[in-house]
Order: sequence, then structure tokens, then C-alpha cells
Amino acid sequence: MSTDVILFLGLAAVAIGAALGMLFSRNAVYSALFLILNFATVAVFYLLLGAPFIAMAQVTVYAGAIMVLFLFVIMLLGAEELRKRGKLGWQQPLALLLGFVLVAETAYLVFVRGDLVSQIVPAAADYGTPKDIGILLFDNYMLPFQVVAVLLLVAMIGAIVLTKDDRKIERKTSEEKA
Amino acid sequence: MVPVSYYVALSAILFTIGALGVLIRRNAIIIFMSIELMLNAGNLLFVTFARSFEQLSGQVFVFFVIAVAAAEVAVGLALIVAVFKSKQSIDIDEVSNLRG
Repeated sequence: MSTDVILFLGLAAVAIGAALGMLFSRNAVYSALFLILNFATVAVFYLLLGAPFIAMAQVTVYAGAIMVLFLFVIMLLGAEELRKRGKLGWQQPLALLLGFVLVAETAYLVFVRGDLVSQIVPAAADYGTPKDIGILLFDNYMLPFQVVAVLLLVAMIGAIVLTKDDRKIERKTSEEKA
Repeated sequence: MVPVSYYVALSAILFTIGALGVLIRRNAIIIFMSIELMLNAGNLLFVTFARSFEQLSGQVFVFFVIAVAAAEVAVGLALIVAVFKSKQSIDIDEVSNLRG
């Protein structure tokens, strides 16, 4: 085994272990921290695949902003653990079975049927530089880029409207009437 | 030199763990995090094939997916906070009806 494969397998073990930790932690804060570890590992995969810009975006946006938002909401609601309730009856074994079938099917498609024999060779030095991504983004993908800007604005307004305290508005309108 | 199929397999495993999280957990926040995990598995596949076919467009799509995920998380967490305000719980079994 070459060092590349050993590196890949080690990182993959960390990524899968962190994902399983996220899935089975009782405490939601631990789940969030496991997910951050998973995102950081995937960022390293991006670096190995010659995508430094995406790796840095992953660390700042996903592992940084999004997960901080998650932790903030978990601690704000005090919802680390749900009250104990009865187990999910037949759904849990069924879900595990279906998950196993999905993995088995994918493994069959990838390793038996698929012709994904090509190897990831070390990237050329000028592949995937942030400069190239930027040129592509502002040249071919200018319209989607603008649409994403509008989407983020709408999401921001939506989040503010959803969490706004209704009672304050009612008081204000009744004051205006008086 | 790692075969492309290894990355595809890793991505499939991560996606399955995310799907299982949606199916077997009842905490709305954990379900949300599982959805993020599935998006991440898709992103990994995008970057892998961008590398394999030397097409940078794959990386640009990942950029868009990250932006959309950020928007989704902002709205989704606001919804969870709103549900918590009315139900005092984020157990999804307790929000199985939409009566006000």
C-alpha cells in the first residue's frame, strides 16, 4: 500500500467514526462537535483532491459559521437531550436494514459494476487554484452567483421574520391605534 | 494514488449515515445535522469527480451548495426556535400535526 492509500484510509476512518459519533451521541452538543470533526476531515480530503478554495470555504462556512449557529441554538433552547420516551418500535431495525441495503447496493455498483478504475494522480500545480475558481465563478457562473446572493438575503429576512416576537408587534399596533 | 472508487464508497457511507440519522433520531436539531452530513457527502463526490475529469465546474457547484446550505440552516434553525417557543420541545413526534 502506498502512503496515499494509508493516508486516505486513516482519514476515512476518522470521518466515518465522527459521523457515527454524531449519529449515536445522546447529547446534542457532542453530536455537533463530532460533526465539526467530520467537516474538518472532509476539508482535508478536499485539499488532497486539489481544491484548496473549497477546503477553506468548508472550514470557515461549515465548521465555523454553520456549526456555531447549531451550537448556539442548542444551548439557547437548552435542548441537549430530549426527555426519555419509548423507543422507536419497528422503525429502528427497518431503518438500519435499509441503510445496510443502500451501502451494499452502492458497494456493488462501485466495485463490481462500475468502471471507476481511474486513479487520482497528484494534481498539477496550477489545478484548482483560487484564481481559476474565481475566474470561472465570475465568468461562466455570474448569474447563479447573483441568484445565490438574493437567496442569502431572503434567508436572512426569513430567519428574522420567523424569530420575531409577535407580542411586541401587537403592542406596537395597539399603541398606534390608541 | 487512490482510486476514484474509494472516494465514491466513502461518500456513500457518509450519505447512508446521514440518512440513518434522519430516520432513527427524533431530535430535530440532530436530524438537521444529518441533512448537513448528506449534503457534505454529495460535495465530496462533486470534488472527487471534478478532480477525476479535471473540470473545475464541479468545485463551483460545491461553492453554491455550501451557500445554499448556509441559507437553509439559517431558516431551518429559525423554524426550530419558533417550534420550540410554541411546543416547549423539539421532539419531532410532538410536532406531527400542524394545528396552530
